Amino acid sequence: MRKFFIKQLVNSNKNKNNYLLINDLGYGVIEPFKKKYPDRIFNAGVSEQNMMGMAAGIASEKCNVFVYSIANFSTFRCAEQIRNDIDYHKLPVTIVSVGSGVGYGNLGYTHHALQDYALMRSFPNMQILSPGNNNELIGLLDYIKKNSQPSYLRLDKNEHKDIKYKKILISPGKIIKLADGYKKRVILTTGCVQDLAKNIRSKKYKNYSLYSMPMWGMKAKNKVKNIIKRFDEIITIEDHFQDGGFGSWLKECINNTNIKTIIKSKYIDNNVINEVGSGEYLLNKYGPK
Amino acid sequence: MNWIKKKILLENHAKSLRTRLITTSAKTKIPHLGSCLSCVEILVILYWSEMKLSINVKIKDKFILSKGHAALALYCTLYEKKYISLKTLNSFGTNKTILMNHVSHKVNGVEFSTGSLGHGLPVGVGKALKFKVNKENNKVYVLMSDGEMNEGTTWESLLFASHHNLDNLNIIIDFNRIQSMDFVKKVIDIEPLKSKFLSFGCNVKLINGHNITAIQKALVKGVKNKPNVIIANTVKGKGVSFMENNNLWHYKNPNLDELNKSLIEIKKKYA
Repeated sequence: MRKFFIKQLVNSNKNKNNYLLINDLGYGVIEPFKKKYPDRIFNAGVSEQNMMGMAAGIASEKCNVFVYSIANFSTFRCAEQIRNDIDYHKLPVTIVSVGSGVGYGNLGYTHHALQDYALMRSFPNMQILSPGNNNELIGLLDYIKKNSQPSYLRLDKNEHKDIKYKKILISPGKIIKLADGYKKRVILTTGCVQDLAKNIRSKKYKNYSLYSMPMWGMKAKNKVKNIIKRFDEIITIEDHFQDGGFGSWLKECINNTNIKTIIKSKYIDNNVINEVGSGEYLLNKYGPK
Repeated sequence: MNWIKKKILLENHAKSLRTRLITTSAKTKIPHLGSCLSCVEILVILYWSEMKLSINVKIKDKFILSKGHAALALYCTLYEKKYISLKTLNSFGTNKTILMNHVSHKVNGVEFSTGSLGHGLPVGVGKALKFKVNKENNKVYVLMSDGEMNEGTTWESLLFASHHNLDNLNIIIDFNRIQSMDFVKKVIDIEPLKSKFLSFGCNVKLINGHNITAIQKALVKGVKNKPNVIIANTVKGKGVSFMENNNLWHYKNPNLDELNKSLIEIKKKYA
């Protein structure tokens, strides 16, 4: 999704109000933006805290800033800058993290994104944008263009096959139907594990409907509560630890309510992965089943 | 107006600000008084002489108080400049109000909230970069504490600012030589500070941070394509003998007796 994202960013920067910051990575990906808008891209070097603070500074002067990095660098390394400088000030900075879940499998645990939802969903103004396909990504970018705010865009490291363009309107907490089935029993996924969710459904839950929720966060909880109560059973599928993950967030949405919906969650094993393996291998072994 | 007349006016502002600071600290029981008193002259030059701030000007300069714990000094300045009312100022730290102990952007006239050290400079660099790239003439001023020299972001930001020739960025270090727990020299020695900044490619000036003329001169004379760093040698608790160079006044606020003694001293010293 990286290259597809950059392509969209290039196309949407005609007024030159979008800035792209990188921390010395993105080789072979960011070049189209650099070629078209050389004075709108800055390499902060290997200094994520400064990069995130600068993003806040640029955004505070009425610009949109996209900070592009591998998920581990643009989250925990600069968590306080995200909290105090971006989220507290409600600035239009989109943190673009590449390599969701175990996408960078062979690079090892230091580069796995297994706790990033937990961090990002703890910020009151942050919206999590977690597309499962290119159409969802376009819909999300359309949304933030019209509603600038702190955002966390979590991208699949791998490019997705070009599917026929279909306009999808996305808003916080909105669910999008991917496959028909029981109306009251659903599988709900977020992020780049849509194909895995489809596989799990076809093996174990053939008659369940399949939905995705590409945009969520603390502020969407109330809205989502009303969506949850439409169903008898929801099974969530994600490439993140259970603790602080999407499934846990969904359960929190109905905490202290009388909603009886059963929510079960499937996630990546809550352990440090020491084993070497490709993203596909690790997801297959440690991921939701 | 010639400089001698202007200087007298600016010194009067410094006196008023010092008096207001001590009075408000005593009234509202707000700490960090020593850190506020050390940067009084710096704030006076910025707000009454150097920065373009009026709503009528097209190009507005930007000020970030990176040492956010000196919020009282900025709030008193904003009161003197009529950004906030006396009622608001005196509400400092009380329930259901907005003046918290670390500077907040919810307060009229405050550019950016800080409090955790090492955040103001990266934000200032971002602003300066945006202005420079777009050929806008706004200047950015960041006031930092000496304790912030311990933060990694300070040096990350300087590398970037210097590499990108951000000569619209002015960094002022309130070098009062005392950080939270002890003298800077005893906690983590940051000297030779000037050499450090020079080696990072900055234009550096070392001045007396309580000398109105010296601060003004240092701010006016920059060097093309280099970030400006002013190391302002100051005294923590400046203006009140029993507060000067005493770390106690990072935490304490004056009781009635101390308030009266302080005000008498200020009146005599800055007559």
